[in-house]
Amino acid sequence: MRTNDVILKTATQLVTFIIIIFSIYVFLAGHHNPGGGFIGGLMTAAAFILLGLAFDIETVKKIIPIDLKIITAIGLLIAVLTGIGAFVFDANFLSHTFGYFQLPLLGKTELATALLFDIGVYLVVIGVTLTIIFTIGEDQ
Amino acid sequence: MNNLIILPLLIPLLTGVILLFLGKKIILQKTLSILSGIAIIITSILLLMDVNSNGVQAYFLGGWLPPFGIALVADSFAILLVIFASIILVATTLFTFKGLDLERKNYYYYPLVQFLLTGVIGAFLTGDLFNLFVFFEVLLMSSYALIVLGGTKTQLRESIKYVLVNVISSALFVTAVAFLYSVTGTLNMADLSARIAEINQPGLVTVIALLFLIVFGMKAAIFPLYFWLPGAYSAPPPVISAIFAGLLTKVGIYAIYRVFTIIFYHQPEVTHYTIGVLAAITMIIGAIGAIAYNDIHKILVYNVVAGVGFILLGLSSFNSDGIFGGVFYLLHDMIIKAALFLLAGAIVVVTRTTKIGQASGIMKSYPLLGWSFLAAALSLAGVPPFSGFFGKLLLIQGGFLAEQYVFVGILLLSSLLVLYSVMRIFFLMILGEEKLPEPHQRGNVKGLVYPSIFLLALSFLMGMGAEVIYPFVADAASTLLNPESYIEAVLKE
Repeated sequence: MRTNDVILKTATQLVTFIIIIFSIYVFLAGHHNPGGGFIGGLMTAAAFILLGLAFDIETVKKIIPIDLKIITAIGLLIAVLTGIGAFVFDANFLSHTFGYFQLPLLGKTELATALLFDIGVYLVVIGVTLTIIFTIGEDQ
Repeated sequence: MNNLIILPLLIPLLTGVILLFLGKKIILQKTLSILSGIAIIITSILLLMDVNSNGVQAYFLGGWLPPFGIALVADSFAILLVIFASIILVATTLFTFKGLDLERKNYYYYPLVQFLLTGVIGAFLTGDLFNLFVFFEVLLMSSYALIVLGGTKTQLRESIKYVLVNVISSALFVTAVAFLYSVTGTLNMADLSARIAEINQPGLVTVIALLFLIVFGMKAAIFPLYFWLPGAYSAPPPVISAIFAGLLTKVGIYAIYRVFTIIFYHQPEVTHYTIGVLAAITMIIGAIGAIAYNDIHKILVYNVVAGVGFILLGLSSFNSDGIFGGVFYLLHDMIIKAALFLLAGAIVVVTRTTKIGQASGIMKSYPLLGWSFLAAALSLAGVPPFSGFFGKLLLIQGGFLAEQYVFVGILLLSSLLVLYSVMRIFFLMILGEEKLPEPHQRGNVKGLVYPSIFLLALSFLMGMGAEVIYPFVADAASTLLNPESYIEAVLKE
């Protein structure tokens, strides 16, 4: 049976972008406001799962060009390397620092190395969540 | 700052992550796994030298001083265990060359083992109770995946039990940590020790201590909480059982030793006596189980349970001989249990059965395998040239000094039964008339025996060259008995 799901698909195309942008906002806001890598990653994954529900898993796999397990591994690698990066500056493992930079468009911005660690967490959460959902979803 | 302390933890973590990228390149994965094991051994030996000359070392993650940040503490006890854990990693990885099917190797066996080792080493090195919980979870998650890897029916059934038991004990762990935090307001072990010494361990804290005994006892498989172990350890393939028998219960024992020597040591007549009673019953149950079965996996699994009892008896006597013996026996037990499980794997490859009655006479065609099993059996029972003797002797001495004559009697009796249980395998399965499957049905044991011979040689060296390892073990025991040096190293600034 073919159902007509034009409304669902059109709405999803719009909503997915809003969710992803909001998830990136939450991810970046984590240092001073509620948010961070974990919740940001979950929201991004939720956006992809919505796409998967409205279209199908194959479409979502086409959007994400690399293997999800590799995304998890890259996230882990980033998180570990930001910890090891402290060795270069003769500091302890996982030491973090921050500074103020003059960025184009944004002006004076506080940038912390904790953000790099959070990118790792963000990628791991996306990778793990989508791997779980897609592995279950593919089983017939 | 001395970054050496974090390296044994970082090497397996980083190797595990890199192995995830390698997917199906098995040879590269094997090589990297072995290199990682060797690198951990080298860095830990350097660290051990450092600790032996300069005292206990502490490392503060992110540069935050305790009690606010997480501290890693390296004392001789922890580092010795790290070294032996990575030796087991190297030996089992060598075994996988021939002893594990391609199916399992292709599905992330090597990264999982590296993550398991990360959890084990982290649990040994951490100086913070909640961080200990996190590392417990790291090693448990990896062990869940390893136990079910391959997906046979028994593995699926046993993994459900195993996961269920460990989820419950982890929840209890968090509850116990919450109770302790609400009483003391800190989670750093050194700080906890200082604060509990101030309030002199009131009844409430002793109750929390016993809750911790239940939590760690579930991981270490002591008497009423061992029920999950026989099934869970005999389900997966021999390499994975060897890793489990060598590492997992030992982490629980380590946690009991750590917590009851550094934090809860003010009421030994309650806590340590309870440990002694439970250890004695554990030894009895282990020995009964070991002689009751005709299945080599079951016999070895109950030997693991009995071994837990032997080691904890040292903590119960709580004097320098007992603790010394406990630490020495713990190290011996790690390598010898791994060696026995690997040998059992090789025996099953030859006989195609785990039942004692159904095959015999391995010695005629496979003398190397037969003699190594005899050596492992003698070492397990504690016959002089091997490492088991020295540890048991000290345990008995410690028991006599603490006037725990009944416990010592049980220890001697169950040692005898343990010897009987493994010698039964030797006499009935390895000696005797040759009754084996046709040669073309037997697997190839070339390369399967060498990893165990490597471990047995180590056990032999530990027994013969006890005076080489003596100062390190003595240092470990003295740190356990005098927590001041530990506390001072962490809270010095």
